[in-house]
Amino acid sequence: MPTPDLPVSLTGVDVTYPDGTRALADVGLQVRDGEIFGVIGESGAGKSTLLGLLTGELSASTGSVAVLGDDPARLTSSGLRALRRRIGVVFQGVHLLANRTVRENVAVQLAVGTPRPSRSVRAEHRRRVEEVLGFVGLDGRQDAYPAQLSGGQRQRVGIARALVSRPRLLLCDEPTSSLDATTTDGVLELLREARDRFGTTVVVVTHDLDVVRRICDRVALFESGALRDVLTVGPSARHEQGSYLDRARRELGS
Amino acid sequence: MNALVDSLTRRGDDLLEALAETGYMLAVSLAAAIVLGLPLGMLVYLTRRGGVAENRALWWVGNLFINVVRSFPFLLLVVFLVPVTRLVYGTTFGTPAATFSLCFVAVAIYARLVEQILREISPGIPRVARTMGATVPQTVVRFLLPEAVPGLVYALTSATISLLSYSTVLGVVGGGGVGDFALRYGYQEYDYPLMYFTIAVILVVVLVIQSTGHRLSVRLDHR
Repeated sequence: MPTPDLPVSLTGVDVTYPDGTRALADVGLQVRDGEIFGVIGESGAGKSTLLGLLTGELSASTGSVAVLGDDPARLTSSGLRALRRRIGVVFQGVHLLANRTVRENVAVQLAVGTPRPSRSVRAEHRRRVEEVLGFVGLDGRQDAYPAQLSGGQRQRVGIARALVSRPRLLLCDEPTSSLDATTTDGVLELLREARDRFGTTVVVVTHDLDVVRRICDRVALFESGALRDVLTVGPSARHEQGSYLDRARRELGS
Repeated sequence: MNALVDSLTRRGDDLLEALAETGYMLAVSLAAAIVLGLPLGMLVYLTRRGGVAENRALWWVGNLFINVVRSFPFLLLVVFLVPVTRLVYGTTFGTPAATFSLCFVAVAIYARLVEQILREISPGIPRVARTMGATVPQTVVRFLLPEAVPGLVYALTSATISLLSYSTVLGVVGGGGVGDFALRYGYQEYDYPLMYFTIAVILVVVLVIQSTGHRLSVRLDHR
């Protein structure tokens, strides 16, 4: 049975695409409140499918999915929108609005959640946007357009946008794969701080073992649509050769 | 040169009136393009396969309208619409009645341009809107239109220039305008200097529209 009070709970989940491809097979996993949970595997392992399940873009063929206590597939379209407003999503490509400033790009998240804000709510929103931009280290860049920012700064805007509505759950899809090493450090640090300061549960989907090693508490290893292992990430970091999963077990397991 | 000065002295007022008629036709048809063509283009984009609000029936109807109007040779569309024009205006003659058929073309041309601009928006943008829990109207107003504005402005420029060209045909139903002026007083009366002068005027108008649209679009574009 799914456990509804956990941020994410999957039981016996199968996802089969219309063309017959079995993208996930009998997956069961629980993400605990306030942890940073990694999801790794090579491309085609089922990571994107898992993310699609959590955001309600895909539905399970069998099994049960609970995200913040709701099964996205069983919600009405307005119920699904309400659930999505309680989840923050950070995308690999960020996808900021090119003709809107940093401030406006973040504010849009609040505008979507509150269609007709009163004057005091608007003031509260403005305050929150400034606060979250300060949190991600973009003070002074509020009026810049995305094209004027570096890749790392753009991803910080993406994180600010996802955090501004103070979601209990933050989903990150390859948040650092387009960034260089130094910029990656900053973004990972930020995700950890988000958890530490706001208690946000973070799910990070990545192919990068280093990302998992640096910030994750636990990690799920996927291969060919199956959940092979869930490990508690330990400090050991040896560098030996072997298959991707061997290396993952060795490098990440405690 | 003297011949042109002579012609202009005689026909100057007519030319100004013709310009005003063209201005009227363009203003009305552009208003139609914005008020009806923009939503129609948005509708076709939203309802397409895999779109933000997929709906085969709506997509089919909208797309068919755009294709039919756009594939009509304009002169034949004007003639084809004569009965409808009579129904709406009580007459088929004169500038307002002639503008009716121009509006059809304006809506169809602009709708297609709008759809193409929207298709160029990265699919990541509607995806972000969806995962944020945005409704379809919110997706349109807060995500798609802001991304598309520079392109939409530029497309309006192109549409204006096409419409100016289409409007020159409307002399056949008494629409008047600069095109009609050039044909009537220039070509048909063998007053070639006057005809070339009128064409030069049209050219200048096009250039001004083009550069204004371009500059405005660049200013709005922060990519």
